[in-house]
Amino acid sequence: MKFDKPAGKNPTDQMKVIGKPLDRIDGPLKTTGTAKYAYEYNEPNKGHAYGYIVGAAIGKGRIDSINQYAAKRAPGVLAIVTYENAGPLQKGMFYVDRLLAGPEIDHYHQAVAVIVAETFEQARSAAALLKVNYTRLKGSFDFKALKDSSITPKRGAYGPAPQSEVGNFKGAFDTADVKLDQTYTTPDQSHAMMEPHATIARWDGDKLTCWCSIQQLNWGVRDLANVLGIPKENVRLISRFIGGGFGGKGTVLSDIVAASLGARAAGRPVKIALQRPLIFNNTTHRPATIQRIRIGTKKDGTITAIGHESWSGNLPGGMSESATAPTSSLYAGANRMLHLRQAVLDLGEGNAMRAPGEASGMMALEIAMDEMAEKLKMDPVAFRILNDTQVDPAENKRRFSTRLLAKCLSEGAEKFNWNRRPDSVGTMKEGKWLIGMGVASAVRGAPITKSAARVRLNKDGIVTVETDMTDLGTGSYTIIGQTAAEMMGVGIEKVIVKIGDSSFPESSGSGGQWGAASSTSGVYAACIKLREAVARSLGFDPEKTEFSDGKVHSGSRSFVLRAAVKTEEIVAEDEMTYGELSKQYAQDTFGAHFVEVGVNVYTCEIRVRRMLAVCHAGRILNPKSARSQVIGAMTMGVGAALMEDLVVDKNRGFFVNHDLAGYEVPVHADIPYQEVIMLDDVDPTMSPMKAKGIGELGLVGVAAAIANAVYNATGVRVREYPITIDKLLGKIKIDA
Amino acid sequence: MKSFTYERVHTPAEAAAAAARMPGSKFLAGGTNLLDLMKLQIETPVHLIDIGKLELNKIEHTLTGGLRIGALLSNTDLAADLSVRRDYQILARALLAGASGQLRNKATTAGNLLQRTRCPYFYDTNQPCNKRVPGSGCAAITGFSRQLAVIGSSNACIATHPSDMAVAMMALDAVIETINPKGKVRLIPIADFYRLPGKTPHIETVLEKNELITSVVLPPPSGGMHFYHKVRDRSSYAFALVSVGAILHKDGSGQIAVGGVAAKPWRNKSIEKVVPLGAKAFTEKLFAKARPTQENAFKIQLVERALEGILKEGRS
Ligand SMILES: Cc1cc2nc3c(=O)[nH]c(=O)nc-3n(C[C@H](O)[C@H](O)[C@H](O)COP(=O)(O)OP(=O)(O)OC[C@H]3O[C@@H](n4cnc5c(N)ncnc54)[C@H](O)[C@@H]3O)c2cc1C
Ligand code: SF4
Repeated sequence: MKFDKPAGKNPTDQMKVIGKPLDRIDGPLKTTGTAKYAYEYNEPNKGHAYGYIVGAAIGKGRIDSINQYAAKRAPGVLAIVTYENAGPLQKGMFYVDRLLAGPEIDHYHQAVAVIVAETFEQARSAAALLKVNYTRLKGSFDFKALKDSSITPKRGAYGPAPQSEVGNFKGAFDTADVKLDQTYTTPDQSHAMMEPHATIARWDGDKLTCWCSIQQLNWGVRDLANVLGIPKENVRLISRFIGGGFGGKGTVLSDIVAASLGARAAGRPVKIALQRPLIFNNTTHRPATIQRIRIGTKKDGTITAIGHESWSGNLPGGMSESATAPTSSLYAGANRMLHLRQAVLDLGEGNAMRAPGEASGMMALEIAMDEMAEKLKMDPVAFRILNDTQVDPAENKRRFSTRLLAKCLSEGAEKFNWNRRPDSVGTMKEGKWLIGMGVASAVRGAPITKSAARVRLNKDGIVTVETDMTDLGTGSYTIIGQTAAEMMGVGIEKVIVKIGDSSFPESSGSGGQWGAASSTSGVYAACIKLREAVARSLGFDPEKTEFSDGKVHSGSRSFVLRAAVKTEEIVAEDEMTYGELSKQYAQDTFGAHFVEVGVNVYTCEIRVRRMLAVCHAGRILNPKSARSQVIGAMTMGVGAALMEDLVVDKNRGFFVNHDLAGYEVPVHADIPYQEVIMLDDVDPTMSPMKAKGIGELGLVGVAAAIANAVYNATGVRVREYPITIDKLLGKIKIDA
Repeated sequence: MKSFTYERVHTPAEAAAAAARMPGSKFLAGGTNLLDLMKLQIETPVHLIDIGKLELNKIEHTLTGGLRIGALLSNTDLAADLSVRRDYQILARALLAGASGQLRNKATTAGNLLQRTRCPYFYDTNQPCNKRVPGSGCAAITGFSRQLAVIGSSNACIATHPSDMAVAMMALDAVIETINPKGKVRLIPIADFYRLPGKTPHIETVLEKNELITSVVLPPPSGGMHFYHKVRDRSSYAFALVSVGAILHKDGSGQIAVGGVAAKPWRNKSIEKVVPLGAKAFTEKLFAKARPTQENAFKIQLVERALEGILKEGRS
């Protein structure tokens, strides 16, 4: 099915199942510990062995020799795979990192060897006996020092144009009445998802099956086939549950390559979970940025010039952190300039992490907007609303499909009692706490992409959906089930959802906030076909047939759904593809974040006291799981604002705090009451589902809202994230 | 982890004797620190002596009105004890500021005193670390040192001792009681228990080989108002950037120990007379010999301000 005209009325508008805050259908499996994750598929892999990856001990250099003598003879060891015996390996198409090092070492903890043994403990202990001799080379680890060596990167597959200008930015900025020119920095961040990257790999002849934890199974199949040099048809990936990914499990990483090579060498299935301290340097992270923002306005606050430049670093050829993305269209202004630059670094690969680009970019832009509002003596909410736009300011005639940013801001301000925010900084006190409020806008693209599904109706009236979509804890199972239930006119209990298997029809996968809208649209397409087949089977005109309450109606006649099944089952399969609507309309999701913080006047500890997000993201398929996505994202925003910082040792060339004790993410005690408001709306230009994503939107802007609240509370403007005690300490007077 | 043998002992004397019999052995209490370090091969004992079943898990009142705390009492039970909560609040507060509920259920009094540093380089066996491998160098001094010591450190090591409980014990003038393989009992005031790194950062206490801690004795309650303020980047489940444990008395004097700044809880009794002069005067004296790094110099000011908050609360 091709979607090329805005959707009219369709069965999803019934909203009998869709739009209801249903519990997740996989909830009981999760809460009873019976949802099986990649590492737990022991049954189909009887007699499996364990793999343990040895990470490179240096930041940059070369392997001179590997002495396997002791490791090979250690108890239980079955095989050792290194570059010397792995055979030729290629790269995948998404990540640039080589997933097995040797002889060159490109970054710290790059996989150097995988040890396969009978037990995990034996593999781990043999790993410590492997003697790898290295020659260290001088690497590039100091991003700030390398900033000036940065160059404009090539356009990536997912980011915006690295450099663009509308009107005459410099001229307009130079002559603006009020100006801001500031620089902000964001640190490297780690996804720090609960479930480590894990795989069980099994070869049956030349066919390879991997139980793995990968968000995009289609990319995974493509990339694993590429890396190993085997036909795609020979690869099957199964990811039924994923314990969080946040973009860090996009496709093939070292665990699946090492498990596949280890299983081939040992002649047995092999399971590997990356040990936690390896993950931070071995896999990917969100790259640090330096961002310069210039805003020029008229006296009344109208933006006339807006410029955003961002620098980041990566392995050669790696994608750039497109922090300028939100500035292309968030606020009006006739003269605009965006510029990305990239330095080469010898650290682990920088790549997608929840709302790549927008999250980092808005950490800077939305402080700049706060600073600008202050210069203008305007309320920060009013300043943002004044510069709202209904057309994409970069492409003047292109309208936003739907955009209620101003409403998000004004409704949020009212709900949050924004009018109680003190106009002058550092004036609200409760005991030893300085209190402040902050706001930020949110914007995140609403990409949608082709996605296929198969639906089966059996004699008992059970509808089974099959698609290779994944669920990272996001709720995909449930919204896919809701879609099929709504389309076939049955309750959710009549639907079985089977996902996470690359042998099912190819879906969008989960990433870039496109999963919910895309995968359910694929299910919609397949269900339309199934409805036609059902109607024909019952002798109805498909055009005049309706499905509701477990029945199929046409005119005055109706049958129970299962009556359509004459033999075993009716099967239908289709794919949703897209025309030009996304070119015709600017499609984005919008929101506003409001935060109140308290800052301890003595110790400068920062505590978030209240949070509110107002989201405008098309039809909300399930308000409960959507809310969970948003509060999870807000929590991640607290981490970004106040603590997350992957620290680089610039001498030794690695991320030092590479475990969950050193890399702090928020704990329960950091998170206050969180409120989420979803603006009720549909976007018919997206797909028949009229939905968009929301999982990334919830993060964008949160950190800046916190930064702005800290400023409001203390009068100290911190432009280098994270905002930690040491950055406030000397600047807050105790008798303030 | 390296292979090891294991035995369970039933009396303190048996434990110490077993240790003497088996060179390269270690006592296993709650295991929350030792087992983690063994998995990373930072600790590589060849033999574990499980002391978990020793009858050292009680709290008793001493004849002089103090408290004798069994070496194997869990941190949870210690923090919940009525006498502790009434007379030694600083200790209960320090314990509850540490780790998590699950960990405190396993962690023991002696294990807590003897937990090892959280310096990130100590945990990464690819990096030089004099504490882990004597003579290999110290990566932290030229590296990431934000968490590390500002005083009492050496050119060999700038690690801190991470315990919260020990800070309270220091302020309380606790005494550590031990037994050696010959059955000899020793009493070690906590002020003398930890060693500063000097040239031998791998030697952290004055305990002799195979010496077993049997209990920690607290002097009779000193009264006063008790405070324990632990400051960290997140609200819970993190080691201290700094922590200030204070017992303030009506006459203006105080007992003040500071955590997160040195290889031991930092206290200097001889300057406690300046407490009435305020946090600034006291902190300046306490840190007169400080040698912070650029990254952690803020800790001294943080101690001062945390103490100022405590003094303010104490006065009001
Ligand atoms: C995630 C995490 C967070 C933590 N956060 C904090 C925190 O915020 N604050 C804090 O203070 N602590 C914290 N801890 C540390 C925790 O308090 C210690 O791990 C615990 O107290 C150690 O006690 P244990 O009984 O488990 O010791 P074990 O691990 O069993 O032993 C530790 C050491 O003591 C020796 N030992 C044990 N008993 C005796 C004895 N009777 N005589 C002689 N030697 C003995 C052992 O041989 C070993 O060398 C944290 C730990 C973890 C894992
Ligand atoms: S500070 Fe001490 S523990 Fe840390 S690396 Fe240096 S020697 Fe090792």
